[in-house]
Amino acid sequence: MSALLEIEDLHIGFGALQAVRGIDVAVARRETHCLVGESGCGKSVSALSVMRLLPPRTRWSAKAISFDGQDIARLNERQMTRLRGDRIGMIFQEPMTSLNPAYTIGSQMTEVLRRHRGASRAEAARRAVAMLDRVGVTAPEMRLGQFPHQLSGGLRQRVMIATALLCEPELLIADEPTTALDVTVQAQILRLLASIQREMGLAVLLITHDLGIVARVADRVSVMYAGKIVEQASAASLFAAPRHPYTRGLLASIPVPGKVRKGERLGSIPGIVPRIEQGFQGCAFRDRCDHAAPECAGAVPEQRAGEGHRYSCRLPPGWIEA
Amino acid sequence: MLRFVLRSLLLAVLVCLTVLIISFALSRLSGNLAINIAGPDASPEAIATIEHELGLDRPLPVQFMEWASRAAHGDLGSSYMYHATVASLIASHLPVTLRLGAIAIAIAIAIAVPLGILAALNEGTWIDVGVGMVALAGQAVPSFWLGLVLILWFGVDLHWLPIAGLATWRGYVLPSFVLSFVAIPVMLRLTRGGMIDAMRADYVRTARAKGLSRASIVLKHAFRNAAMPVVAVSAVQLGFILGGSVVTEVVFNVRGVGYLAWESIGKGDFPVVQAVVLLFAIIFVLLTLFADLMGALLDPRLRG
Amino acid sequence: MRAGRLPLALGLLIVGFATLVAVFGPFFAPHDPFAQDLAHRYVPPAWLPGGSPAHWLGTDGLGRDYLSRLILGARISMLIGVSTVVLSGIIGTTLGVLGGYFGGPVDAVVMFVVSCRLAIPLILVALTVVFMVGSSLAVVVLTIGLLLWERFAVVSRAVTRQVCALDYIAAAWAAGCSRPRVILGEVLPNIAHHLVVIATIDMAIAILLEAALSFLGLGVPPPLPSWGLMIAEAKDYMFFKPWVIEVPGVALLVLVLGINLLGDGLRDLLGARTDR
Repeated sequence: MSALLEIEDLHIGFGALQAVRGIDVAVARRETHCLVGESGCGKSVSALSVMRLLPPRTRWSAKAISFDGQDIARLNERQMTRLRGDRIGMIFQEPMTSLNPAYTIGSQMTEVLRRHRGASRAEAARRAVAMLDRVGVTAPEMRLGQFPHQLSGGLRQRVMIATALLCEPELLIADEPTTALDVTVQAQILRLLASIQREMGLAVLLITHDLGIVARVADRVSVMYAGKIVEQASAASLFAAPRHPYTRGLLASIPVPGKVRKGERLGSIPGIVPRIEQGFQGCAFRDRCDHAAPECAGAVPEQRAGEGHRYSCRLPPGWIEA
Repeated sequence: MLRFVLRSLLLAVLVCLTVLIISFALSRLSGNLAINIAGPDASPEAIATIEHELGLDRPLPVQFMEWASRAAHGDLGSSYMYHATVASLIASHLPVTLRLGAIAIAIAIAIAVPLGILAALNEGTWIDVGVGMVALAGQAVPSFWLGLVLILWFGVDLHWLPIAGLATWRGYVLPSFVLSFVAIPVMLRLTRGGMIDAMRADYVRTARAKGLSRASIVLKHAFRNAAMPVVAVSAVQLGFILGGSVVTEVVFNVRGVGYLAWESIGKGDFPVVQAVVLLFAIIFVLLTLFADLMGALLDPRLRG
Repeated sequence: MRAGRLPLALGLLIVGFATLVAVFGPFFAPHDPFAQDLAHRYVPPAWLPGGSPAHWLGTDGLGRDYLSRLILGARISMLIGVSTVVLSGIIGTTLGVLGGYFGGPVDAVVMFVVSCRLAIPLILVALTVVFMVGSSLAVVVLTIGLLLWERFAVVSRAVTRQVCALDYIAAAWAAGCSRPRVILGEVLPNIAHHLVVIATIDMAIAILLEAALSFLGLGVPPPLPSWGLMIAEAKDYMFFKPWVIEVPGVALLVLVLGINLLGDGLRDLLGARTDR
């Protein structure tokens, strides 16, 4: 089954900085693909580039960004606006500021339906109420008349999700949807997303820095570091046998209750994420890697470690057993 | 909300009172009002008589209290020069000034807001710099000179508009245009700044992600937020326009309150001057109050 | 050059030129600005028919050389601009810093004073004062200087508050510095660049205000050639000889524009934006 979304060789840069240096991501229908990495690794801008919501004066290029077989990277802005909010929905990290404070919830929801479906005000309101109910917002009719500042963070995020789903998109891009929320609310939102995905047959591209979330919801995972995908695999395969030293470092730095002994140091990766300029060669992780070698300054080989599991490192797939 | 309104009202009253005192003191600066009125050849007895008649020989605080209490009852005294009460003089001259001011602020908004949006949407480009320089040029023009030049061009050379006076609606065009110049740069910068901030906001990113049209994003989402201070500021700018209307009214020979004040100053007719200064202060304070209220009303976050 | 730097360059050019003219110009003026020559009244500028190179910009209603008067007028405008700004700057900054630094009732008083000042119609009061006290250069400077300080007050107050909220002020207090020392040593240097920008704005306003006062006959007294006064003197003849009002008006426009460009450019350069 061909992928619903396929990003091929995406590059993004700001001024002298290269934020994304050639990544390939594929999301199949009904699949949740997590793009995970530390802040500054380029995962958010990668997601934005799918919808072409990059800030002005950003340099970007891609061999292709295929959505349902069509290369949307070649579409003009007017065609993109037809796509956004309709077949591809997006939700963002900051529910507090992502809603317009001057308009009611109802206004901001119904405008999507009126724009893309030509729905009447009454019809749009009806469907908005239904969707709010579906995402677990209490008293949905009343919410339509409320302003964003009257809602809590968790409620606002539910509203954002509901708005993104109004036109029944095939793909939902979620950029750190739970990062700004309380831990308990996080779990609720994740459960909600999962159930909606099942019900609507959505494909989800989830951006996050939290491996816990990845473990919970991901079907496939792409680990990003300094603008490149260093490892890509099914969630099961990644957690069972990660090959790239960075992935292993990330997993090792999560303290697991019961497994960490008293007095033992928490794992961490020394150093910081580098900022990559144009013309950078070799593996960006080599300054922080325990297994670095002179050849890491040159071309980094792509290796396979089983079905659908690839990673970029000089170390062979079998090295983890050694 | 109510507390806010009450506090603002109290401050407004205090400011007006202070200005009252200042304008009263102003007109007693030279200390020789009676001489002015009597004329240079008047005898000391004549001067003394006038002083007594007008109550100028009493101690200053007493004079002030008398004037203030009379003013509170609407009696602002009589003009020294005209045979009319100050109140009636102001009443007959005020509508013209207010009309000019209202048209001027409307023109200012009509010019500044679209230009500000244009500049914001093209931030950093030559369009933006060009608009900025046009605004600065507008700020640099001496209004009286602009008035004269426009009279020359439109009144004399082109015969489109009258040279002076308000006989027809055409007479309003040039003076209100000149008056609007004062407010345009401020409103333009405000709109531009507000639009730039709004377009960078997260909620605009959300609007774009929803696939809304450019018009909807710019005008409905961004501008609505950028416009909130514009309404408030335009009220304050109207206050400045009115306060500075003297020059324009003189140039165009428009008999508004500004013109009245200028004539009165030139002739030493201080009851009028006092009253006009106070009037403008009250108008300004009221407009500021209105601006604060508008600011609160327009932002849903402040209403609740 | 980058689009953004043009205003600053232009502003510097204009203001620099104006300063040169103001300081040195009168020494090089072709004629005495006050010398009347009733036989040669209203001579047009050299490039118009009837003009002559003896008077490059022609003469006014009393036969005085226009160019020489214009040059002296530049000195008057610059003088007024600078001195009023110094005066109003001192008053406004003192008020603003005191209010911003001490907060509480002091700040409330400062804010109230500023509100009162804003409510007063500036030009009417200036006209009245000049009328009462008599017009002269000094009176004009004092009147405008004593009235035009509100921008200084508001901005220096706002920035003082911002600066006082920063940690290094607390550090200075903790280190035992006395209040005046903190103000002079820490606060003032940090609001300096804002003050420079405000100074340019107010200078432009002061020059225009003086021109308006002189135009109305209650500013700089004749025969001093204030540009505003020159325009007033020419008003009655403007229908016949437009250049008499065009020249000083353009001079005013260019000078004030230059000052505004400079101020705007400095604002961007020094990062002193408080509106964004």
